[in-house]
Amino acid sequence: MTGGIDPIRRVSILGAGRVGTALARTLVDAGYQVTLAGSGDPEAVEMIAAFTAPGARARWARDATSDADLVVLALPLHRLPSLDPTILADRVVVDAMNYWPPVDGIIARFEGARHGTSIEVRDVLGLDRLVKTFNHTGYHDLEPDRRERGHPDRLGMAVAGDDADDVAAVVEVVERIGYDAVALQRLEFGRLIQPGGAIFGARPTADDIRRTLRPLIQRAA
Amino acid sequence: MELGIGAFGDASRDPSTGQRISEAQAVRNVVESITVAEQAGLDWFGLGEHHVPEFPVSSAAPVLAAAAQVTSRIKLSSAVTVLGTDDPVRVYEQFSTVDAVADGRVEMIPGRGSSIESFPLFGFDLQDYDRLFAEKLDLLLEVNRSAHVTWEGTTRPALTGQYVPPRAERGPIPVWLGVGGNPNSVIRAARLGLPMATGVLGGSATRSATNAELYRHAAARFGSPPEQTLIMLGSPGFLMDDGRKARDAWWPHWHQFMTTVGEQRGFLPPDRGSYDRDSGPGGGLLVGSPEEIAERILLMHEHWGHVRQYIHIDMGGVPQRDLLRAIELFGTEVRPIVQRELGSTSVDELMGRATAR
Repeated sequence: MTGGIDPIRRVSILGAGRVGTALARTLVDAGYQVTLAGSGDPEAVEMIAAFTAPGARARWARDATSDADLVVLALPLHRLPSLDPTILADRVVVDAMNYWPPVDGIIARFEGARHGTSIEVRDVLGLDRLVKTFNHTGYHDLEPDRRERGHPDRLGMAVAGDDADDVAAVVEVVERIGYDAVALQRLEFGRLIQPGGAIFGARPTADDIRRTLRPLIQRAA
Repeated sequence: MELGIGAFGDASRDPSTGQRISEAQAVRNVVESITVAEQAGLDWFGLGEHHVPEFPVSSAAPVLAAAAQVTSRIKLSSAVTVLGTDDPVRVYEQFSTVDAVADGRVEMIPGRGSSIESFPLFGFDLQDYDRLFAEKLDLLLEVNRSAHVTWEGTTRPALTGQYVPPRAERGPIPVWLGVGGNPNSVIRAARLGLPMATGVLGGSATRSATNAELYRHAAARFGSPPEQTLIMLGSPGFLMDDGRKARDAWWPHWHQFMTTVGEQRGFLPPDRGSYDRDSGPGGGLLVGSPEEIAERILLMHEHWGHVRQYIHIDMGGVPQRDLLRAIELFGTEVRPIVQRELGSTSVDELMGRATAR
């Protein structure tokens, strides 16, 4: 790991659905400045923020990301083409999205994503600083499963990305929210933490994640 | 506060015996459950729609019509009608027909549903989903409002004043919008001035109650009628006289149900730890003794302010006799406790509808 990572203070979440609002609440709780942007009219997003994620501020996507240290993608994957990738340029971006056919429909690109859906997201949006995390937990588990550092029941959260500094920055966010982060040093290992992956929906500890994923990662190497 | 039962019509394998009842028997079991629910004093019964061997009730309306003939008081509803792959005109005709048989006891919950099998089955494209659902809901509401329907959209040819019979005798059929919990859908219900049917499907019983505040605030902001600004909640549930026994007895069924769903969607089976968390005090699985479940509903009411609570009871091959006993306990023991605390005002009264007969 190299030094000189600026700590993340301002987080922008794109997507004001169940995942986006749950992430907004946990990030507000952890002391981050959070902005929330959704599709459709900002008045609706304002109401959503006020009631379901107090402390987060509603913004148009462009304004929300303009001064963010970290952008979290939490929109339904089928809406990805509606996203203007230029607002994400040069930023650390977290992909918290999962391909979910009941909501997204059958999308050939994600059906055939052998290296995980985040590789496709990276290519569609032309991002080079994409990190995948929060995918293997459910939006309804994210808050009740948080524990402070050192708690014996603290659970783990995998964080996959190609750039070690970006992964480290996101690891710190995950740790502050209330999980022991487990860094996976390749974005394509993100396939192991998405639906159908070895720990998806499992509520694992960090040790469980390492134990389960290590042989799968070694086999892939 | 009204209490009710939700069902899918379950033909899953019973994990303790390995046996599976026939799909036809699962349909008959639902009619029996509705009868027992009425005898137990319950107010409402909602029936889902699926197209899989575990849940073979693909057409709720004829099952509800059969139950209408052997009951006289209980409300009969879909829960939910998968509107995206149905014809809203036909949906109205079917439910207004059941409403005629039932002397005005029918309700509908159109929703997106959580499974996709009806899309290829009926030749619809899921990628059109948002537009398809919005238009179909709009048409259903129009047919419900007006006997002669004039309507235009992009997903089907226009209607130019056609008549849609039979007209429900007591005016528009109560339509609740089925909302999975997405705040954008909550705002849609509020904007349309529709009562909202949503679920607490595990996790915390109260965490997502922020959606209730959002719904009421948005409905007031949009000027939606207060008598339509109502919330009903559904949760998985099961009761026995002894709470611990209920949780132990239901666990293999819940585990099997969630394992089946998980295989389809790519998540792992639930662990007992999360089940114990979610079925314990404050949890969103209403599994326990009548006293425990009554207390949970009262707690949920403090946060949600809902007017009707139902438990979804038939999944994972629970034997029919255990299911009927749970329905009986919910009606005869939970309902009196809840109504002692919260009163017995009916949803019809709140909506300003004349009571059915």
